[in-house]
Amino acid sequence: MTSLVRIILGLIVFPVIGGLIIGIDRKLTARLQGRFGPPILQPFYDVLKLISKQRLAVNEFQVMSVFIYLASSALSLVLFTLRSDLLMIIFVMSIGAVFLVVGALSVKSAYSQVGAQRELMQMLSYEPLLILVIVGMYLVTGSFNIGIIMQRGKPLIEELPLLFLVMIIVLGIKMRKSPFDLSASEHAHQELVRGLLTDYSGAYLAMIEIAHWYDLMLLLGISALFFYPYTVWGIISALALIALEILIDNVTARLTVKWMLGYSYGVGLVLAAINIVIVYFLR
Amino acid sequence: MGLFDLARKRSPWLIHYDCGSCNGCDIELLSCLTPLYDVERFGIVNVGDPKQADILVVTGAVNQQNKDVLKNIYDQMPNPKVVVAVGVCACTGGIFRDCYNVVGGIDKIIPVDVYVPGCPARPEQIIDGIKLAIDKLAEKSAA
Repeated sequence: MTSLVRIILGLIVFPVIGGLIIGIDRKLTARLQGRFGPPILQPFYDVLKLISKQRLAVNEFQVMSVFIYLASSALSLVLFTLRSDLLMIIFVMSIGAVFLVVGALSVKSAYSQVGAQRELMQMLSYEPLLILVIVGMYLVTGSFNIGIIMQRGKPLIEELPLLFLVMIIVLGIKMRKSPFDLSASEHAHQELVRGLLTDYSGAYLAMIEIAHWYDLMLLLGISALFFYPYTVWGIISALALIALEILIDNVTARLTVKWMLGYSYGVGLVLAAINIVIVYFLR
Repeated sequence: MGLFDLARKRSPWLIHYDCGSCNGCDIELLSCLTPLYDVERFGIVNVGDPKQADILVVTGAVNQQNKDVLKNIYDQMPNPKVVVAVGVCACTGGIFRDCYNVVGGIDKIIPVDVYVPGCPARPEQIIDGIKLAIDKLAEKSAA
Protein backbone atom coordinates (compact mmCIF):
# COMPACT_ATOMS: atom_id res chain seq x y z
CA MET A 1 0.00 0.00 0.00
CA THR A 2 1.33 3.39 -0.90
CA SER A 3 1.71 6.17 1.64
CA LEU A 4 -1.21 8.10 0.15
CA VAL A 5 -3.57 5.17 0.63
CA ARG A 6 -2.36 4.81 4.22
CA ILE A 7 -2.90 8.51 4.91
CA ILE A 8 -6.44 8.40 3.53
CA LEU A 9 -7.09 5.27 5.57
CA GLY A 10 -5.91 6.94 8.75
CA LEU A 11 -7.45 10.34 8.10
CA ILE A 12 -10.89 9.42 6.77
CA VAL A 13 -11.73 5.72 6.88
CA PHE A 14 -10.67 4.85 10.41
CA PRO A 15 -12.48 7.71 12.23
CA VAL A 16 -15.66 6.77 10.35
CA ILE A 17 -15.23 3.24 11.67
CA GLY A 18 -14.60 4.77 15.10
CA GLY A 19 -17.87 6.65 14.89
CA LEU A 20 -19.69 3.45 13.93
CA ILE A 21 -18.11 1.70 16.91
CA ILE A 22 -19.40 4.44 19.20
CA GLY A 23 -22.84 4.07 17.60
CA ILE A 24 -22.78 0.32 18.20
CA ASP A 25 -21.62 1.09 21.75
CA ARG A 26 -24.73 3.21 22.43
CA LYS A 27 -27.00 0.64 20.81
CA LEU A 28 -25.47 -2.21 22.82
CA THR A 29 -25.66 -0.17 26.04
CA ALA A 30 -29.34 0.48 25.39
CA ARG A 31 -30.04 -3.18 24.70
CA LEU A 32 -28.26 -4.18 27.91
CA GLN A 33 -30.57 -1.76 29.72
CA GLY A 34 -33.69 -3.19 28.11
CA ARG A 35 -34.24 -0.28 25.73
CA PHE A 36 -34.13 0.03 21.96
CA GLY A 37 -31.47 2.67 21.70
CA PRO A 38 -30.53 5.15 19.00
CA PRO A 39 -29.64 4.13 15.43
CA ILE A 40 -26.04 3.11 14.82
CA LEU A 41 -25.39 6.22 12.73
CA GLN A 42 -26.36 8.44 15.68
CA PRO A 43 -22.84 9.79 16.37
CA PHE A 44 -22.70 11.13 12.80
CA TYR A 45 -26.07 12.84 13.21
CA ASP A 46 -24.81 14.34 16.47
CA VAL A 47 -21.63 15.65 14.89
CA LEU A 48 -23.47 17.13 11.89
CA LYS A 49 -26.01 18.80 14.13
CA LEU A 50 -23.31 20.26 16.34
CA ILE A 51 -21.48 21.70 13.33
CA SER A 52 -24.65 23.49 12.25
CA LYS A 53 -25.19 25.33 15.53
CA GLN A 54 -24.29 28.92 16.25
CA ARG A 55 -20.66 29.32 17.34
CA LEU A 56 -20.34 30.38 20.95
CA ALA A 57 -16.91 30.37 22.53
CA VAL A 58 -15.90 31.68 25.92
CA ASN A 59 -12.46 32.80 24.77
CA GLU A 60 -10.15 32.38 21.76
CA PHE A 61 -7.64 30.20 23.59
CA GLN A 62 -10.32 27.58 24.01
CA VAL A 63 -10.96 27.55 20.27
CA MET A 64 -7.25 27.15 19.50
CA SER A 65 -7.01 24.30 22.03
CA VAL A 66 -9.78 22.36 20.30
CA PHE A 67 -8.10 22.70 16.89
CA ILE A 68 -4.79 21.51 18.34
CA TYR A 69 -6.51 18.57 20.04
CA LEU A 70 -8.17 17.50 16.79
CA ALA A 71 -4.99 17.99 14.76
CA SER A 72 -2.81 15.98 17.13
CA SER A 73 -5.31 13.12 17.44
CA ALA A 74 -5.61 12.93 13.65
CA LEU A 75 -1.84 13.16 13.25
CA SER A 76 -1.22 10.36 15.75
CA LEU A 77 -3.58 8.01 13.89
CA VAL A 78 -2.07 8.90 10.50
CA LEU A 79 1.41 8.27 11.91
CA PHE A 80 0.18 4.91 13.15
CA THR A 81 -1.11 3.90 9.71
CA LEU A 82 2.20 5.10 8.22
CA ARG A 83 3.98 2.65 10.59
CA SER A 84 5.94 5.29 12.39
CA ASP A 85 7.58 5.30 15.83
CA LEU A 86 5.16 4.20 18.59
CA LEU A 87 6.74 6.31 21.33
CA MET A 88 6.41 9.44 19.20
CA ILE A 89 2.81 8.57 18.41
CA ILE A 90 1.95 8.36 22.10
CA PHE A 91 3.53 11.73 22.76
CA VAL A 92 1.71 13.36 19.83
CA MET A 93 -1.57 11.99 21.20
CA SER A 94 -0.69 13.35 24.64
CA ILE A 95 -0.12 16.85 23.28
CA GLY A 96 -3.73 16.90 22.13
CA ALA A 97 -5.02 15.56 25.42
CA VAL A 98 -3.08 18.22 27.34
CA PHE A 99 -4.47 20.97 25.13
CA LEU A 100 -7.99 19.74 25.75
CA VAL A 101 -7.33 20.09 29.47
CA VAL A 102 -5.70 23.48 29.12
CA GLY A 103 -8.57 24.74 26.98
CA ALA A 104 -11.00 23.75 29.71
CA LEU A 105 -8.77 25.35 32.35
CA SER A 106 -8.83 28.64 30.44
CA VAL A 107 -12.51 29.00 31.29
CA LYS A 108 -13.28 30.31 34.74
CA SER A 109 -16.33 28.11 35.37
CA ALA A 110 -16.18 25.73 38.34
CA TYR A 111 -17.34 22.75 36.32
CA SER A 112 -14.65 23.18 33.68
CA GLN A 113 -11.93 23.66 36.27
CA VAL A 114 -12.77 20.59 38.32
CA GLY A 115 -13.40 18.52 35.18
CA ALA A 116 -10.03 19.58 33.74
CA GLN A 117 -8.20 18.65 36.92
CA ARG A 118 -9.92 15.29 36.98
CA GLU A 119 -8.90 14.73 33.37
CA LEU A 120 -5.31 15.43 34.40
CA MET A 121 -5.65 12.74 37.06
CA GLN A 122 -7.02 10.37 34.42
CA MET A 123 -4.03 11.12 32.20
CA LEU A 124 -1.80 10.47 35.20
CA SER A 125 -3.49 7.06 35.48
CA TYR A 126 -3.31 5.81 31.92
CA GLU A 127 -0.16 7.42 30.49
CA PRO A 128 2.34 5.31 32.51
CA LEU A 129 0.42 2.16 31.60
CA LEU A 130 0.47 3.02 27.91
CA ILE A 131 4.18 3.83 27.99
CA LEU A 132 4.88 0.50 29.71
CA VAL A 133 2.92 -1.33 27.01
CA ILE A 134 5.14 0.31 24.38
CA VAL A 135 8.25 -0.47 26.44
CA GLY A 136 7.17 -4.11 26.59
CA MET A 137 6.94 -4.18 22.80
CA TYR A 138 10.40 -2.61 22.61
CA LEU A 139 11.91 -5.22 24.94
CA VAL A 140 10.53 -8.04 22.84
CA THR A 141 11.28 -6.69 19.37
CA GLY A 142 14.15 -4.26 19.99
CA SER A 143 12.47 -1.25 18.40
CA PHE A 144 9.66 1.25 18.86
CA ASN A 145 9.10 1.40 15.12
CA ILE A 146 5.83 -0.26 14.08
CA GLY A 147 7.28 -1.50 10.79
CA ILE A 148 10.04 -3.38 12.63
CA ILE A 149 7.60 -4.66 15.27
CA MET A 150 5.41 -6.05 12.50
CA GLN A 151 8.36 -7.91 10.97
CA ARG A 152 8.72 -10.08 14.03
CA GLY A 153 6.69 -12.92 12.57
CA LYS A 154 5.22 -14.20 15.82
CA PRO A 155 2.33 -12.42 17.57
CA LEU A 156 3.38 -10.27 20.52
CA ILE A 157 0.59 -11.69 22.68
CA GLU A 158 2.65 -14.84 23.24
CA GLU A 159 5.24 -12.94 25.29
CA LEU A 160 3.13 -9.99 26.48
CA PRO A 161 -0.26 -11.35 27.61
CA LEU A 162 -0.41 -9.29 30.80
CA LEU A 163 0.28 -6.10 28.86
CA PHE A 164 -2.73 -6.86 26.68
CA LEU A 165 -4.82 -7.01 29.86
CA VAL A 166 -3.38 -3.64 30.85
CA MET A 167 -4.80 -2.25 27.59
CA ILE A 168 -8.27 -2.94 29.00
CA ILE A 169 -7.60 -0.46 31.78
CA VAL A 170 -6.07 2.08 29.38
CA LEU A 171 -9.03 1.82 27.00
CA GLY A 172 -11.51 2.19 29.85
CA ILE A 173 -9.87 5.35 31.16
CA LYS A 174 -9.31 6.91 27.74
CA MET A 175 -12.85 6.20 26.55
CA ARG A 176 -14.18 7.66 29.81
CA LYS A 177 -16.31 4.63 30.56
CA SER A 178 -17.48 3.65 34.02
CA PRO A 179 -15.88 3.29 36.50
CA PHE A 180 -13.48 5.86 35.04
CA ASP A 181 -15.91 8.48 33.70
CA LEU A 182 -14.85 11.14 36.17
CA SER A 183 -13.89 14.04 33.98
CA ALA A 184 -16.74 14.03 31.46
CA SER A 185 -19.09 11.15 31.07
CA GLU A 186 -20.79 9.68 28.06
CA HIS A 187 -23.98 10.94 26.50
CA ALA A 188 -26.91 11.27 28.84
CA HIS A 189 -24.82 10.84 31.93
CA GLN A 190 -23.90 14.02 33.70
CA GLU A 191 -20.90 14.54 35.93
CA LEU A 192 -20.28 18.11 37.01
CA VAL A 193 -22.76 19.06 34.27
CA ARG A 194 -20.48 17.90 31.40
CA GLY A 195 -17.23 18.24 33.37
CA LEU A 196 -14.31 18.95 31.11
CA LEU A 197 -16.64 19.55 28.15
CA THR A 198 -19.00 21.96 29.89
CA ASP A 199 -18.03 25.10 28.07
CA TYR A 200 -17.54 23.58 24.64
CA SER A 201 -20.51 23.84 22.32
CA GLY A 202 -21.48 23.59 18.69
CA ALA A 203 -18.72 23.00 16.15
CA TYR A 204 -16.03 22.80 18.86
CA LEU A 205 -17.81 19.94 20.61
CA ALA A 206 -18.15 18.22 17.22
CA MET A 207 -14.36 18.48 16.76
CA ILE A 208 -13.77 17.03 20.23
CA GLU A 209 -16.08 14.12 19.36
CA ILE A 210 -14.23 13.45 16.09
CA ALA A 211 -10.88 13.61 17.92
CA HIS A 212 -12.30 11.08 20.36
CA TRP A 213 -12.93 8.73 17.41
CA TYR A 214 -9.30 9.12 16.29
CA ASP A 215 -8.04 8.34 19.81
CA LEU A 216 -10.30 5.30 20.06
CA MET A 217 -9.04 3.89 16.76
CA LEU A 218 -5.42 4.51 17.78
CA LEU A 219 -5.81 2.53 21.01
CA LEU A 220 -7.68 -0.24 19.20
CA GLY A 221 -4.90 -0.29 16.63
CA ILE A 222 -2.27 -0.73 19.34
CA SER A 223 -4.39 -3.55 20.82
CA ALA A 224 -4.69 -5.24 17.43
CA LEU A 225 -0.91 -4.92 17.01
CA PHE A 226 -0.53 -7.56 19.71
CA PHE A 227 -1.91 -10.15 17.30
CA TYR A 228 -0.07 -9.24 14.11
CA PRO A 229 0.42 -11.16 11.71
CA TYR A 230 -2.99 -12.71 12.46
CA THR A 231 -4.92 -9.57 11.47
CA VAL A 232 -8.31 -11.25 11.80
CA TRP A 233 -7.54 -12.16 15.40
CA GLY A 234 -6.39 -8.60 15.92
CA ILE A 235 -9.71 -7.20 14.74
CA ILE A 236 -11.62 -9.75 16.80
CA SER A 237 -9.59 -8.82 19.87
CA ALA A 238 -10.26 -5.11 19.34
CA LEU A 239 -14.01 -5.73 19.06
CA ALA A 240 -13.89 -8.02 22.10
CA LEU A 241 -12.18 -5.24 24.06
CA ILE A 242 -14.95 -2.84 23.08
CA ALA A 243 -17.64 -5.32 24.10
CA LEU A 244 -15.88 -5.88 27.42
CA GLU A 245 -15.68 -2.12 28.03
CA ILE A 246 -19.40 -1.73 27.31
CA LEU A 247 -20.20 -4.57 29.70
CA ILE A 248 -18.01 -3.11 32.45
CA ASP A 249 -19.57 0.31 31.79
CA ASN A 250 -23.03 -1.06 32.41
CA VAL A 251 -22.32 -3.02 35.56
CA THR A 252 -20.14 -0.55 37.43
CA ALA A 253 -20.77 2.87 38.91
CA ARG A 254 -18.63 5.95 38.72
CA LEU A 255 -15.89 5.78 41.36
CA THR A 256 -13.49 8.29 42.82
CA VAL A 257 -10.17 9.70 41.64
CA LYS A 258 -8.34 8.06 44.55
CA TRP A 259 -9.74 4.68 43.60
CA MET A 260 -8.86 5.17 39.94
CA LEU A 261 -5.24 6.04 40.78
CA GLY A 262 -5.03 3.17 43.27
CA TYR A 263 -6.48 0.70 40.80
CA SER A 264 -4.51 1.73 37.74
CA TYR A 265 -1.25 1.73 39.72
CA GLY A 266 -2.05 -1.20 42.00
CA VAL A 267 -3.35 -3.50 39.27
CA GLY A 268 -2.25 -2.03 35.93
CA LEU A 269 1.27 -1.01 36.86
CA VAL A 270 1.87 -4.23 38.79
CA LEU A 271 0.69 -6.42 35.88
CA ALA A 272 2.81 -4.45 33.43
CA ALA A 273 5.84 -4.63 35.73
CA ILE A 274 5.48 -8.39 36.18
CA ASN A 275 5.28 -8.96 32.44
CA ILE A 276 8.25 -6.71 31.68
CA VAL A 277 10.39 -8.28 34.41
CA ILE A 278 9.60 -11.79 33.14
CA VAL A 279 10.42 -10.82 29.55
CA TYR A 280 13.62 -9.10 30.68
CA PHE A 281 14.89 -12.13 32.58
CA LEU A 282 13.90 -14.61 29.88
CA ARG A 283 16.08 -12.79 27.33
CA MET B 1 -28.34 21.98 3.71
CA GLY B 2 -30.54 18.90 3.52
CA LEU B 3 -27.99 16.86 5.43
CA PHE B 4 -27.87 19.36 8.29
CA ASP B 5 -31.67 19.42 8.51
CA LEU B 6 -31.73 15.63 8.70
CA ALA B 7 -29.10 15.74 11.43
CA ARG B 8 -31.03 18.34 13.42
CA LYS B 9 -34.15 16.21 13.32
CA ARG B 10 -32.29 13.06 14.29
CA SER B 11 -30.25 14.50 17.13
CA PRO B 12 -32.22 16.82 19.39
CA TRP B 13 -30.48 17.34 22.68
CA LEU B 14 -32.52 18.70 25.50
CA ILE B 15 -31.93 20.42 28.79
CA HIS B 16 -34.51 20.27 31.49
CA TYR B 17 -34.96 23.14 33.93
CA ASP B 18 -37.28 22.98 36.91
CA CYS B 19 -38.60 26.46 37.58
CA GLY B 20 -40.23 25.77 40.92
CA SER B 21 -42.35 22.80 39.99
CA CYS B 22 -43.82 20.37 42.48
CA ASN B 23 -41.69 17.78 40.60
CA GLY B 24 -44.72 15.94 39.25
CA CYS B 25 -43.98 16.97 35.68
CA ASP B 26 -40.24 16.45 36.26
CA ILE B 27 -40.79 12.84 37.24
CA GLU B 28 -43.01 12.28 34.22
CA LEU B 29 -40.37 13.89 32.01
CA LEU B 30 -37.53 11.82 33.40
CA SER B 31 -39.58 8.66 33.07
CA CYS B 32 -39.42 9.25 29.33
CA LEU B 33 -35.76 8.28 29.55
CA THR B 34 -36.60 4.94 31.14
CA PRO B 35 -36.91 1.73 29.10
CA LEU B 36 -40.71 1.99 29.05
CA TYR B 37 -40.75 5.09 26.84
CA ASP B 38 -37.05 5.29 25.81
CA VAL B 39 -36.70 8.61 24.01
CA GLU B 40 -33.03 7.93 23.26
CA ARG B 41 -34.15 5.91 20.26
CA PHE B 42 -35.08 9.28 18.71
CA GLY B 43 -31.61 10.55 19.47
CA ILE B 44 -32.85 12.64 22.39
CA VAL B 45 -30.23 12.99 25.09
CA ASN B 46 -30.74 14.86 28.33
CA VAL B 47 -27.56 16.91 28.46
CA GLY B 48 -27.46 19.13 31.52
CA ASP B 49 -25.51 21.84 29.74
CA PRO B 50 -27.44 24.68 28.03
CA LYS B 51 -24.48 25.32 25.75
CA GLN B 52 -24.91 21.90 24.21
CA ALA B 53 -28.71 21.71 24.06
CA ASP B 54 -31.25 22.49 21.36
CA ILE B 55 -34.48 22.12 23.32
CA LEU B 56 -35.15 23.77 26.66
CA VAL B 57 -37.85 21.90 28.55
CA VAL B 58 -39.22 23.88 31.47
CA THR B 59 -41.56 22.75 34.21
CA GLY B 60 -43.05 24.80 37.00
CA ALA B 61 -44.17 28.40 37.24
CA VAL B 62 -41.69 31.25 37.12
CA ASN B 63 -41.28 33.20 40.33
CA GLN B 64 -39.45 36.40 41.22
CA GLN B 65 -36.43 34.47 42.41
CA ASN B 66 -35.71 32.34 39.36
CA LYS B 67 -36.86 34.50 36.44
CA ASP B 68 -33.29 35.76 35.93
CA VAL B 69 -31.92 32.24 36.10
CA LEU B 70 -34.37 31.08 33.42
CA LYS B 71 -33.44 34.00 31.16
CA ASN B 72 -29.74 33.25 31.73
CA ILE B 73 -30.13 29.60 30.75
CA TYR B 74 -32.14 30.55 27.65
CA ASP B 75 -29.49 33.06 26.59
CA GLN B 76 -26.67 30.54 26.97
CA MET B 77 -28.16 28.20 24.41
CA PRO B 78 -26.81 28.57 20.87
CA ASN B 79 -29.22 29.04 17.97
CA PRO B 80 -31.37 27.36 16.70
CA LYS B 81 -33.28 26.56 19.86
CA VAL B 82 -36.84 25.86 20.94
CA VAL B 83 -38.58 26.03 24.30
CA VAL B 84 -41.17 23.55 25.52
CA ALA B 85 -43.36 24.39 28.51
CA VAL B 86 -44.42 21.18 30.22
CA GLY B 87 -47.27 21.17 32.65
CA VAL B 88 -49.95 23.74 33.24
CA CYS B 89 -47.78 25.67 35.72
CA ALA B 90 -45.19 26.37 33.02
CA CYS B 91 -47.87 27.22 30.47
CA THR B 92 -49.94 29.70 32.44
CA GLY B 93 -48.96 29.57 36.09
CA GLY B 94 -51.51 26.88 36.78
CA ILE B 95 -52.95 26.59 40.24
CA PHE B 96 -50.31 28.97 41.63
CA ARG B 97 -51.15 31.77 39.25
CA ASP B 98 -52.37 34.28 41.84
CA CYS B 99 -49.59 33.74 44.39
CA TYR B 100 -47.72 36.81 45.48
CA ASN B 101 -44.32 35.57 44.32
CA VAL B 102 -45.35 33.84 41.09
CA VAL B 103 -44.79 35.78 37.88
CA GLY B 104 -46.87 33.33 35.83
CA GLY B 105 -46.18 31.03 32.90
CA ILE B 106 -42.69 30.98 31.44
CA ASP B 107 -43.81 32.83 28.32
CA LYS B 108 -43.65 35.96 30.45
CA ILE B 109 -39.85 35.61 30.50
CA ILE B 110 -38.77 33.70 27.38
CA PRO B 111 -40.48 32.92 24.05
CA VAL B 112 -42.16 29.52 24.12
CA ASP B 113 -42.68 27.31 21.09
CA VAL B 114 -44.65 24.34 22.41
CA TYR B 115 -47.10 24.16 25.30
CA VAL B 116 -47.82 20.78 26.85
CA PRO B 117 -50.62 21.21 29.39
CA GLY B 118 -51.49 18.70 32.09
CA CYS B 119 -51.08 18.26 35.78
CA PRO B 120 -48.89 16.35 35.53
CA ALA B 121 -48.43 16.03 31.79
CA ARG B 122 -48.33 12.38 30.79
CA PRO B 123 -45.11 11.00 29.26
CA GLU B 124 -46.91 10.30 25.99
CA GLN B 125 -48.02 13.94 25.78
CA ILE B 126 -44.52 15.12 26.64
CA ILE B 127 -43.01 12.98 23.90
CA ASP B 128 -45.64 14.34 21.47
CA GLY B 129 -44.76 17.88 22.52
CA ILE B 130 -41.05 17.28 22.05
CA LYS B 131 -41.68 15.76 18.64
CA LEU B 132 -43.54 18.96 17.72
CA ALA B 133 -40.60 20.94 19.08
CA ILE B 134 -38.19 18.98 16.86
CA ASP B 135 -40.29 19.85 13.81
CA LYS B 136 -40.28 23.50 14.85
CA LEU B 137 -36.50 23.32 15.30
CA ALA B 138 -36.16 22.13 11.72
CA GLU B 139 -38.45 24.96 10.53
CA LYS B 140 -36.45 27.55 12.46
CA SER B 141 -33.14 26.55 11.02
CA ALA B 142 -34.55 26.47 7.51
CA ALA B 143 -35.74 30.06 7.94
